[in-house]
Amino acid sequence: MKAEAKNKNWLAYQKEIANDKYYFARSCIRQNVFPAAEDVFLKIIGQELSKDIYDDARQTTCTGIAYHSGIVPFETTMTVVAHQFALMNEAGYENFVCSCVTSFGIYSEAVESWHFFPDTLKNTREALKRSTGKTFEIPRNLVHASDLIFKFREEVASKAKYRLVNAQTGEPLKVVDHIGCHYAKIFPEKGIGGAEYPYVLAGLIDEWGGAQVDYPERRHCCGFGFRQYLLKSNRGYSVANSKKKFDSMKPYKPDLIIANCPGCTFFLDRWQYTIAEMEGETYGTNGYGIPVLTYEELAGLLLGYDPWDIGLQLHQVSVEPLLDKLGVAYDPTNKYKGLYNADLGRPAMPERLKC
Amino acid sequence: MDSLIEKLKADFRIVEGLRACINCGTCTAICPAAGVSDYDPRIVVDLVQQNNEATLKELLRSDTIWLCGECLSCKTRCPRENVPGYIIQALRSLSIETGLFMESKQGRKQFALKRTIGEHILKYGYCVYIDEVNTEMYPEQGPVWDWYHKNREQILERLGASYGKEASGSLRKIPEESMNNLKKIFDETGATKRFEKIEEYGRANAQQQGIDFGPGNTCDYFKKMYEE
Repeated sequence: MKAEAKNKNWLAYQKEIANDKYYFARSCIRQNVFPAAEDVFLKIIGQELSKDIYDDARQTTCTGIAYHSGIVPFETTMTVVAHQFALMNEAGYENFVCSCVTSFGIYSEAVESWHFFPDTLKNTREALKRSTGKTFEIPRNLVHASDLIFKFREEVASKAKYRLVNAQTGEPLKVVDHIGCHYAKIFPEKGIGGAEYPYVLAGLIDEWGGAQVDYPERRHCCGFGFRQYLLKSNRGYSVANSKKKFDSMKPYKPDLIIANCPGCTFFLDRWQYTIAEMEGETYGTNGYGIPVLTYEELAGLLLGYDPWDIGLQLHQVSVEPLLDKLGVAYDPTNKYKGLYNADLGRPAMPERLKC
Repeated sequence: MDSLIEKLKADFRIVEGLRACINCGTCTAICPAAGVSDYDPRIVVDLVQQNNEATLKELLRSDTIWLCGECLSCKTRCPRENVPGYIIQALRSLSIETGLFMESKQGRKQFALKRTIGEHILKYGYCVYIDEVNTEMYPEQGPVWDWYHKNREQILERLGASYGKEASGSLRKIPEESMNNLKKIFDETGATKRFEKIEEYGRANAQQQGIDFGPGNTCDYFKKMYEE
């Protein structure tokens, strides 16, 4: 199928995305592994696009990782979700945007459960009231943070300093988009483009000048598996599924992988390191890996933010091959510095993966 | 006393996840777990819809129900709108409620999950927190994590995070009111009870096997559940 026809298919799934006034919910994983990414997102939405987005100190986890690992009952998760919505109500917002794809699935699953099983809504309201004294209203608009970047992709492009184009050759960079399973596989109608042809990241690639890579395992899970990754004994599940994707995409020689789920971004970065060290196999060129970015890191990079101010030094797969292709100016001596150029040493080098 | 079948059917995820399976195997074809382990969601769904008490009990005490990765790819593709991933959630809940989870190696591993992500939630307000992640437990984090972990205060300061601070932002200290609310919600809705049950069964199992048992993630029993 030609790309134009596929894009028409993608457009069959659209969703409402509020234009302004958002309550922002942070991610357990993204905060830790990519600790600048959410603030890049807030800067783009709040400062570059002049939208009202609220970052509440009182918010917490949604417990989604624990729920999907079988540690907490769904009744607990629904009530924690209700608590998050109550905090949003108290702050005066009605549009909820979350950073985590697992959370997006959790919030959507709770709302759907309340709709189709009204007793669960009644029970959740009563449990929240008894435990915290709070009441809540369901958000008018519930979206993932990548939905907002998609909605404003043209505005981002108009302000961008760089495009997804090889600065030397003028050719579009080849970009793999990886969509977290819980973005649209649970509720296809809640994802831009649905589950089979999600367009939420492909639309960024198209708008920002890159070329999509359509490879056989494009829709396969990264392999998080919740309890499968979180237990050291079970982790083979995770790396095996990521490897299936890497082996499938390798012949297309991608310049970059982008993902909207923090877990997926982490796994696609770290399992390349692991596979290189264990098997000696690398997926980029000349012994490097394929750089893996979150959507907001990519947007920040194209907007001209310093790569070391947005945390790209914390990726295990080196991002320099991508920076060089994009023509991004960067100071290699500043990569591992702290605040005010403090010398923090540098990480040890992997034995096999070139960094 | 309710039968296992009655208890399972009382879970709305079974109502939602199991209509009538036609055994087409589409779920198995798309399943990431089926590709890397002896897991077959088609068989799980077929066993559940047999409505046989003994068969259900065998399933609840088996490793099988713990092999699913909850990606929910099965939900997208099932032509009859069954959701094997939801059925698995209901089976796991019932397995813990009845204590049958202790009869499988994978079920016993819930102890290590409770001791890590479960306790992180009530300590930090999030499932994951940088202070608890090291390359001994997570070697795939790589040398960049060792450098980041060692220098986290300075690095997070440079990146504008609020590490350990009473403010908004990444990795902040969650206000006491929110932490108390999380604990009260856990008490009210069954999570605390589930945690206690996993702990009690774990302690008894450790004693039975003569394995060192203590708090946190340094005792021999935790390591056995986490690593082996």
